[in-house]
Amino acid sequence: MNYAYYPGCSLEYTGKPYDKSVRAVFAGLGIGLQEIEDWNCCGATFYMSTNKLVGYAVSARNLAIAQKMGYDICAPCSSCYTILRKTNRHFAWNIKARPVINDALAAVNLSYNGKVDVRHPLDILVNDVGIERILDVAPFRFDGLAIAPYYGCQIVRPVYHFDDLEEPMTMDRLFTALGAKVVYYPGKVRCCGGMLMTTQEEVGLDLNHELIRDAEENGAEVIATACPMCQMNLEGYQPQINKRYGEKHHIPIIYFTQLVGLALGIKPKTLGLDTLLIRPADYKLKPKAVEVAV
Amino acid sequence: MALPLQEPTLKREGELRAAFWEQLESIPGGDKIQNCIQCGTCTGSCPISPWMDITPREAVALFRAGHLEDILHSHTIWLCASCYTCRVRCPSGIMVTDLLYALKRLAMKKKIFPRHFPVHALSETFINNLYKYGRNFELGLGIRYFLRTNATKMITNAGFGFGMMMRGRMALTPKAIKKVREVRAIIDRAQKAKEV
Repeated sequence: MNYAYYPGCSLEYTGKPYDKSVRAVFAGLGIGLQEIEDWNCCGATFYMSTNKLVGYAVSARNLAIAQKMGYDICAPCSSCYTILRKTNRHFAWNIKARPVINDALAAVNLSYNGKVDVRHPLDILVNDVGIERILDVAPFRFDGLAIAPYYGCQIVRPVYHFDDLEEPMTMDRLFTALGAKVVYYPGKVRCCGGMLMTTQEEVGLDLNHELIRDAEENGAEVIATACPMCQMNLEGYQPQINKRYGEKHHIPIIYFTQLVGLALGIKPKTLGLDTLLIRPADYKLKPKAVEVAV
Repeated sequence: MALPLQEPTLKREGELRAAFWEQLESIPGGDKIQNCIQCGTCTGSCPISPWMDITPREAVALFRAGHLEDILHSHTIWLCASCYTCRVRCPSGIMVTDLLYALKRLAMKKKIFPRHFPVHALSETFINNLYKYGRNFELGLGIRYFLRTNATKMITNAGFGFGMMMRGRMALTPKAIKKVREVRAIIDRAQKAKEV
C-alpha cells in the first residue's frame, strides 16, 4: 500500500501535530507515504470565491505530479481534500474546464488525466488497512476514554465518498474497537465556521462554543478531530469562548491519528501531543492482552 | 440586522443576470435552481442563518424574482462558511453553497463589498501569498489581514499566535517552494483563459 502524501500548508505549521501523527501512524502500520515533491497550496476556498478556474489549475499541479508518481493522494487536511476532489469532479464533468486546466499545466510541461484518486487518512485507515488489522498491530487499548468524534464538514460533504453525509460512523467504529467510549455527539458534522473566526469572530465563537458545550455535556473527555482548521478553532479560541460566555472549558482537541498512534504504542512526542495548546492528560491505556483475558 | 441597502440600479439588472447565468452554467447541475420549492430546508439547516440578513431560501427566491442586486449587497454571501449542509439536504438537489459562491464571485467582480465584511481582504492577501510563495504563510496572512481591517484585533489575537509560536506551530518567515515559477506560470496562463 503506497500513497502520494499531500500535507497542505496548514500541516506545515499550525497543523504540525497532525502531520507528525499521520506520518508516524502510517509508518507504524507499514503503509508507504511518499510526499509529493515541491507541492503547492491547493488554493483553498479562496480561489473558489474569486476565480474558480485558476483555483482548479493550481490544485491540478499537485494531481499531475502524483499521477507521475503513480499513486493516489492521501490528503489529511479537510479543506485540501475537498478542493482536490472538487478539481477532479470538474475535470470529469465540466467539459469546458478540462482543456483550460491542461493548457495551464502545459505551461510547465505537466498534464493530467483525471485519474488520481484523493483519499483521506481516516478513509485509508478504516477502509484500506481495516480496523481488524489495526487491532492486530496495536498493543494498547483505551481504558474507556470518552471521545466525542468531530468530523467537521469537508470530509463528508458535499458529495458522498467514504461515509455518510450527516451521520458518519468511521471514527466511531474505529475508537469503539480501540476500547474507547464514543459519546453521543450530535454536533459531529456541524460547522466550526472555518475562517469566520478571523472575519466574523462573534459568529465563529458562537459556533465553536456550541460544539464544545455539546461535547462536554455529553461527557466527553476529549474531542477527536480530522481537520486542522477545526482543531485550531476549537483549541486556540477556548480562552476567548470562556471569556465571552463566562464558562470554564478546557477540553483537549486531539487529531484522530494521535489517538490511533497512542494505541499503536507510539511515543506522545513523536505524535506531536506536546505541541497542543491544551495538553491532554496521560490517558489510561491498557495492554491488549488484558482485554483478551477479560 | 438593518442593512444599508443601495438603491437597485435597474439598468444593470439584465447585465447582472446574464453574468450570473454564465456563472451558474459552470456549476455542474447549476440549472436545478429552477426546481426550488421554497421549503426552507436550506435555511433551517444552515448553522449561520441566524446571523444572515437574507436567508439562503430568500436568496434563491430573490434571485428568481430578479432582485440580484439585493443579494449581492447582503451579508449572506460573505457569511457562508461552505459547510454544504444545505446542499446535501435540499430536496430539489439545488447546489445552494455553489450558488452562493457564484454570487460571491459576481459581487467581487462588480466590486460590491459590504462594509465590515472584510472577507475579500483575506482572500486577496491569501492569493498574493500563493503567487509569491506557492504556499500559504499563516503569520503574514494574519498580520496583513488585521492591518488592512482592524489593527486592534491583532492584540487580542496575539496570545493565540504566541502560544502557537512557542510550540513551533507558527512560522516567522515565509518559505517559498522550489518551483514557485511553475505555480506563477500556471496562474498566469489560467487567468488568461475565460472563466468557465
